[in-house]
This record gives sequence, C-alpha cells and structure tokens, in this order.
Amino acid sequence: MDHILSITPWPAVSALIWFVALAVVLYLARRTAHRAIHVATDAIARGLRLAAHSVAHAELRLAARNRDVLLAGGREAKERIVEREFVRVAETTRKDLTNYPALHRALSESILHIEEDHQKSVEVPPEPPAWVRAVEAVAKIDAKNGAADVLADIHKSMVRAHGEAMQAYRKASGERHGFLRQMMPEWRGIQETLGRVNKVIESLLARSVTIDRHMQEYEDIVRGQDRAVSILQSSSVVQFFVSMFVMLVAIGGAAINFSLIARPMAEMVGGTHFIGGFRTADIAALVIIMVEISMGLFLMESLRITRLFPVIGALPDKMRVRMIWITFSILVLLASVEAGLAYMREVLLQDELATGALLRGEGGGELQSQYLWITTAAQMGMGFVLPFALVFVAIPLETFVHSLRTVLGLSGVALLRAFALVLRVLGSGFRQLGMLAERLYDLPIFLPLWIESRHLAPAGPAADEHELRESPL
Amino acid sequence: MNYRIALAALIVALAGCGPAAQTNKGVYLLLDTSGTYSAEIKKAEQIVLYILSRLEPADSLAVARIDTGSFSEKDIVAKATFDDRPSAANRQKRQFAQRMQSVVAQSKASSYTDITGGLLQAIEFLNEKGAGRKEILIFSDLKEDLAKGYVREVPLDLKGFDVIALNVTKLRSDNFDPREYLARVEAWRQKVESGGGRWRMINDLERLDGLL
Repeated sequence: MDHILSITPWPAVSALIWFVALAVVLYLARRTAHRAIHVATDAIARGLRLAAHSVAHAELRLAARNRDVLLAGGREAKERIVEREFVRVAETTRKDLTNYPALHRALSESILHIEEDHQKSVEVPPEPPAWVRAVEAVAKIDAKNGAADVLADIHKSMVRAHGEAMQAYRKASGERHGFLRQMMPEWRGIQETLGRVNKVIESLLARSVTIDRHMQEYEDIVRGQDRAVSILQSSSVVQFFVSMFVMLVAIGGAAINFSLIARPMAEMVGGTHFIGGFRTADIAALVIIMVEISMGLFLMESLRITRLFPVIGALPDKMRVRMIWITFSILVLLASVEAGLAYMREVLLQDELATGALLRGEGGGELQSQYLWITTAAQMGMGFVLPFALVFVAIPLETFVHSLRTVLGLSGVALLRAFALVLRVLGSGFRQLGMLAERLYDLPIFLPLWIESRHLAPAGPAADEHELRESPL
Repeated sequence: MNYRIALAALIVALAGCGPAAQTNKGVYLLLDTSGTYSAEIKKAEQIVLYILSRLEPADSLAVARIDTGSFSEKDIVAKATFDDRPSAANRQKRQFAQRMQSVVAQSKASSYTDITGGLLQAIEFLNEKGAGRKEILIFSDLKEDLAKGYVREVPLDLKGFDVIALNVTKLRSDNFDPREYLARVEAWRQKVESGGGRWRMINDLERLDGLL
C-alpha cells in the first residue's frame, strides 16, 4: 500500500493520481465492463428462469398425474359403491320381491274371502206376508158373519208368525255380523301385506335415490370436473390422516403383542443369539407378528374387503374360500401359540422373581398371589385376541397406501411450486444485481459521465442498448 | 452376478448368527482362605449371590480358593456357564447358590496365600471361556504369602480384564503402620495395570452396585 502511495512525495497526491488513472481506465473500459456484467448476470438469470420454467413444467405434469390418479381412484371407488348399491338392490329384490307371486295369491285369496263374506252378510229384505191381502178382504166382511173369530185367529197366527219372523231375522242378522267379523283378520292381513310391500318399495326408492346421487358423482368424475377433483383431494387428505392415526394405534397394539411374546421366545431360540445386532428372540417375535399381519392381509383380500393384491381378488371363488380357511387356520394357530407364549411369559416371570428373591436372601421365593391367575388369563387372552385384532390393520393400510399417493403428489406439487418460485426470485435477483453492479461501476467515474451527458449527445448503439436495459425497470 | 450377491448376503447373514461371544460376561471370584482372612469367608456368599443376580444367560462364573498353591483347577470350588434359555439359567443359579452354601460351610484355612497363582488360573479360565467382558474379583486382604519353592515372578497378561479387590481388610500390622496397607494395595494396582488390566477396589460390601 505504501509503495502505491509513494509515486510522489505526497501520498494524497499519489492517491489522487491513482484515482484519476483508475477513473480514466474505468471510463474507457465502461462499455466492455457493462457488457460483461450484463452478459454474466443475464446468463445466470436466464439459466434460473429456464430452471424455473422446467420445474413449473414438472409441477404441471405432476399435477396432471395427480389429477389422473385421483380421478382413477375416485372412479374405481365410485364403481365399487354403485356396484355395492346394485348388489343391495338385487338382494332386496331377491329377498322380498321373489315372494311377490305368493304375496299376490295371498292378497287375492283374502279379497275372495272378503267378497264371499260380504255376499253372505248382505241383508235379505223380509218377505211381505202373503196373507196381508186376505186379511184386508176378511176385514171388509161384516163382523156378524163370524169374521171376528177369523180375525182373532188370524191375529193370533200373525203374532206368532211375527215372533218367528223376528227370531229368524235376528238369527240371520247374527250370522251376517259373524261373517263381517270374519272379514276383520283378512283386512288386517291385507294391510300388513301391503305395508310390507310398501316398505320394500320405499327401500328400493331410497336406494335408487342413493344410486342416482352416486351416478351423478361418478359422471362428474368421468367428465373430470374440477369440483369432483377438489372433493376427491380433500377426501384423500382426510383419509390419509385418519388411516395414519388408526395405523399408529395398530402399531401400539403390535408393540404390546411384541412385549408379550419376545421374552418367552428366548426359551425357544435362546436369549443370547444375535442377527445383525438384534436378539434372535426379538426378531423371531417380530416375525411372528409380521406373519400374523400378512395372514390378516391375505384373509381380508380373500374376503374381498380390501383390494391390495388383485391376484387374490381375481381367484376363482372356490380357491378364494380355500384361502380364507387356510389363512384363518394359520391365524388361529398363531394366536394359540401367542397365548401359550403369554402363559410362558408369566411362568418365566415368576421363576425369575423366585430366583431373585432367593439370591437376595428373601426366603425360598415360593410366595405367590392368589390372584395371579387373573394376570395370567389376561395375558393369554390378549395373546389370543391381538392377532385377530391386527387382521383389521389391512383396512387402514389399504386406505393409507391409496391416500399416500395423493398426499405425496400434492406435497410434490407444492414443493415444486415453491422451488420454481425461488428460482424465479433468484433469476430476477441476479438481473437486479447486474444492474446494481453497473451502477456501482459508474460511481467512481461519475465526473466523466456527467461531462459526457452535458456535452455529448447520447447517440449510438451503446446508448440505445443502455436505454433499452433501463426501460423495463 | 446376481448369485454372487445373494451368496455374499447369505454369508453375511450367517456370520451374524451364532452365540454372542463378545457380549457375555465371565466372572472369576478368588476367595482368600488363609488364616488371616478365613473369618471373612462368610461374606463371600453374599457377594456370590449378588453376582448371580446380575449375571445373564450365557455368562460364566467360577469361584476358586486362594490357598498355598492356587494355580490349579482343583482350587475351583464352583463354576457354571449359564444356559442361554432364561429358565435353565435360573435353575443353574439356584444350584450355584446352594453349592456356595456348602463351600462356605466346609471352608478350611490354608497356611499360605498364593494370590498370583489364583490370578494366573483366573486368566486362563476366562480366556478359555472367550467372554466378551472379563472380571476377576479378589476377595482378600491382598497379603500374599508364598510357600517355599513357589515361583510367582510371572508377568500377568491382563489386557481386557477388570480386576476388582473386594473387602481388603487391614491387618493388625497395618494399624501400626498404615503405609504397609497402602503400599500393598498400590503394589497390586501397579501389578495389574502393568499387565494391561484395570484396577478397582471396593471395601464397602453394602454398596456393590458398581461391581458388574
């Protein structure tokens, strides 16, 4: 530094000379320097912009793929739902409406019975007495001719006949009421039958409304409407978190299961053998739990509750039923083994406690609680039940796997979008940086530049270029 | 190419299997039965029970006497390598504890104290067992008293060994001149550490937590 400032006896003068020289050099090289700065920063900005464009393109492709995946998944799910609804309708129709001929016959018979009873209960008008006109004729005869006696006899006969007629009438009315009473159960039967039919019809109508709704949604999905995609997306995210929560619960269950069988496993495979740094007994216990989960998956697949393995779902029904029985049998076997191991665990624990007590000098270690059987039974029960509970992990697992694709896709899109934004901002930043560098370059040579702007006309390609570069800002 | 990778993976997997030779413990307890220390022998049972409670399946334990000539298998009064099945190991521990009761009951005082011979025997025993962690416990006052004709000027190879002196009692002469006690302990410490071993001393038998 001293050497630089020693070109004259006065350092300040030396510094001034250097500054002027530097300003001259900078002024002369200004155009080239500006171009170099411009080219460098522009190249970087262009590169970043290109990268941002590429990332944005990748984001679009990923979004399109996500959309396709979502729509395909939604379409498949809707098909399953609609198929299930049709199966239910078919089941209802088969169960209830296959009996319709019998129902119809029962209704016809009931109506026939009612008609018959109705016919029987029709009131027959009483016959007009045939001797009324005779009475009228007799009444016209003079009483002296013995008509009074005749009339008295007739009156007596009439009273008797009236009594008999009334008795017969009452009897007939009673019988008719009896027929009417007989109609009541038939009416009730008809009412019940019609009620049942009504219920079935209402159920079918409700199902048809549901099917209509699902079909509408299915059509929306097939047409690829944005609303359908949005619904599927939100549904997928919710399913992801719910299934993840259930999976965490299942992992907790598997951990308890593991602790139940890991200790007694040491009795079977030894407690001091290791595979890759892990105890063989622990690995064996883990393998048993994994096999149980696998069997559960196969069972669920065979039952067509889940569809993770299309090969199993596509098996012939006979083979599928065989698989159900085989996997179920293996599960029962493993559950029994686990129950046995859980029992063994308790025995080992008691043995260790007794040995520990003996070694601590606390007697023979024979002391046992009378309620010990409760914990033993509880452990055995858990050992037997947990494998079957783990079977149902297949359902949240399937949901998790399917929704994971969507969630990963959405995360990828968000990530790519953010990355593209960062690249764009960086590209713009480099452009601005280039302009700032040019301004900073001009700062030491402000004086010649000022003179130039005052006395020289701003013409020529360089000036034009300069203007062009400034104009976008 | 694929079958080579599979073969290599199989070899690695098989190499991972097998007994945990490097993680098990080997413990060798030397009991001083000399006249000056024989009164303390009953405390040894307590120590053995504590050691048994801390040992795991596949660990080894041997208890040997320190007498006139201790470099001998005959001085090992009880030994066991515990089965890797926990239930069998527990059974062995109970049997070992019973054996120790009879050992303590039938213990006889010896005329001389050959601690170095006992240490040599312990090194040999534990090296044979191939234990991952090797501990030699010396239940003694550390006063070596060799009979005539016994040569023990042998360098001890104690690399990888922990040597722990337990219940190092003070002799009557130590009370007159504590330097004798300190010098005795220091001499053993140097002997062990020069042989590559780690030296520790625990005199409070109520606090054996750091023993194993």
